[in-house]
Amino acid sequence: MIPAPFDYKRASSAAEAIALVSEYGEDAKFLAGGHSLLPLMKLRLAQPAVLIDIARITDLSYITDAGAYIAIGAMTRHMDVEKSPIVLQHAPLLANAASHVGDPQVRHRGTIGGSIAHSDSASDLPATALALGATYIAQGPNGTREIASVDFHKGFLESELSPDEMLTEIRIPKMNGATWGFQKFNRRAQDWAIVGVAAWKRGTESGVALVNMGSVPILATSVSQAIASGASIAEAAQLAAAEAEPQSDSNASAEYREHLARVLVRRALESVQN
Amino acid sequence: MKVTITVNGTTHESEIEPRTLLVQYVRETLGLTGTNIGCDTSSCGACSLHVDGESVKSCTMLAAQADGCQVTTIEGLAKDGVMHPMQQAFMDNHGLQCGFCTPGMVMASISLLKENPNPTEEEVRIGLEGNLCRCTGYHNIVQSVLAAAQAK
Ligand SMILES: Cc1cc2nc3c(=O)[nH]c(=O)nc-3n(C[C@H](O)[C@H](O)[C@H](O)COP(=O)(O)OP(=O)(O)OC[C@H]3O[C@@H](n4cnc5c(N)ncnc54)[C@H](O)[C@@H]3O)c2cc1C
Ligand code: FES
Ligand code: FES
Repeated sequence: MIPAPFDYKRASSAAEAIALVSEYGEDAKFLAGGHSLLPLMKLRLAQPAVLIDIARITDLSYITDAGAYIAIGAMTRHMDVEKSPIVLQHAPLLANAASHVGDPQVRHRGTIGGSIAHSDSASDLPATALALGATYIAQGPNGTREIASVDFHKGFLESELSPDEMLTEIRIPKMNGATWGFQKFNRRAQDWAIVGVAAWKRGTESGVALVNMGSVPILATSVSQAIASGASIAEAAQLAAAEAEPQSDSNASAEYREHLARVLVRRALESVQN
Repeated sequence: MKVTITVNGTTHESEIEPRTLLVQYVRETLGLTGTNIGCDTSSCGACSLHVDGESVKSCTMLAAQADGCQVTTIEGLAKDGVMHPMQQAFMDNHGLQCGFCTPGMVMASISLLKENPNPTEEEVRIGLEGNLCRCTGYHNIVQSVLAAAQAK
């Protein structure tokens, strides 16, 4: 399967990429790792007239310790997030989630920025960043702005980014001694999650988010509220699906997904990893 | 568009359509048909090759994205008629039956050992999760990779 014809442009800076996308407008799309976009183009579910390759903007591939949070450039690949000593030390939940994305070949190409910008609720990293209370930095023709991860996802493959805006940085608050768990239920190795859970807990404080439990990644606020008011993990996990709106598909019915969410939230919170 | 790609040590300048997939480029433009196409949907790993020393699925990458890069395919492994230690290990341990998955398995396995030179059996199995084999049941493939790690 070969994608429909398109023009290929390569940007060497964020400013150049934004200038190009402003020039070509609606017909253009950014190409990062290409591991979500190219499969869609091969199936002709996407047919952009112009691809703007942003993967070589090396300025946007970095992981730094910024004090209260770690800053990750949007072009950083999953494999680099997974192995980064800074991420392993300060946001081990994110490193672990990154290690569950696809397979090594996918992680050699796919980027954290592409994963979040693509806004697929079945992806592991958007939910993980949501559980951790991430903030995103977007750059457009009129400068940069911050977007809270809770406000970012608008629907299936729809985000708060306008077509001429680029996601440039992901800021992850440090986890500071929290315990955490990442649970991914799938049938075959390398597959997407049928249901996934990213969760952390520090005393009565917690963050819990669900993969593939609706059209957007879901923050399970009822679980965190229950824990804050003294409920046990087992009791709180019963509320896992309260905010979710799962779909039924060939892998699982909505009811089964809700059951999985309750079980996986309990397992993730009971996990003693830190 | 014009791309300059070094494949197995030889630099090629080629005029290609931007939509040319890397696997198409090596198979059809360069005639290196050792890299197989299995699923064509980034699921099976048969098309795995190395770009700048790391395994990628070449059915899910544009040749344009490899412009200026070093590509290694299965044809580039043997030197002066002597097989790469990973190829030899697959042969010695019966790591293949029909051989269709083998080029991708060998390329993925070399990349795996580069990142993790002394993997456990479980790490080999997880490290090869992106490569499917319909024949062997994986056992001898895993043994081959462990043997290649030992041989180093
Ligand atoms: C076989 C296979 C298995 C996979 N399994 C999983 C899995 O288990 N879990 C999982 O989470 N993911 C999985 N993925 C998806 C993978 O994580 C992708 O890498 C990721 O979703 C997209 O990142 P990318 O860099 O490849 O983005 P691309 O495909 O290049 O881009 C995706 C979309 O985001 C836009 N975009 C990219 N970067 C930016 C940016 N910086 N600013 C604005 N817009 C941008 C593009 O225009 C495009 O619309 C899998 C992919 C494959 C092929
Ligand atoms: S042919 Fe590329 S992964 Fe199957
Ligand atoms: S040896 Fe036949 S597919 Fe692996």
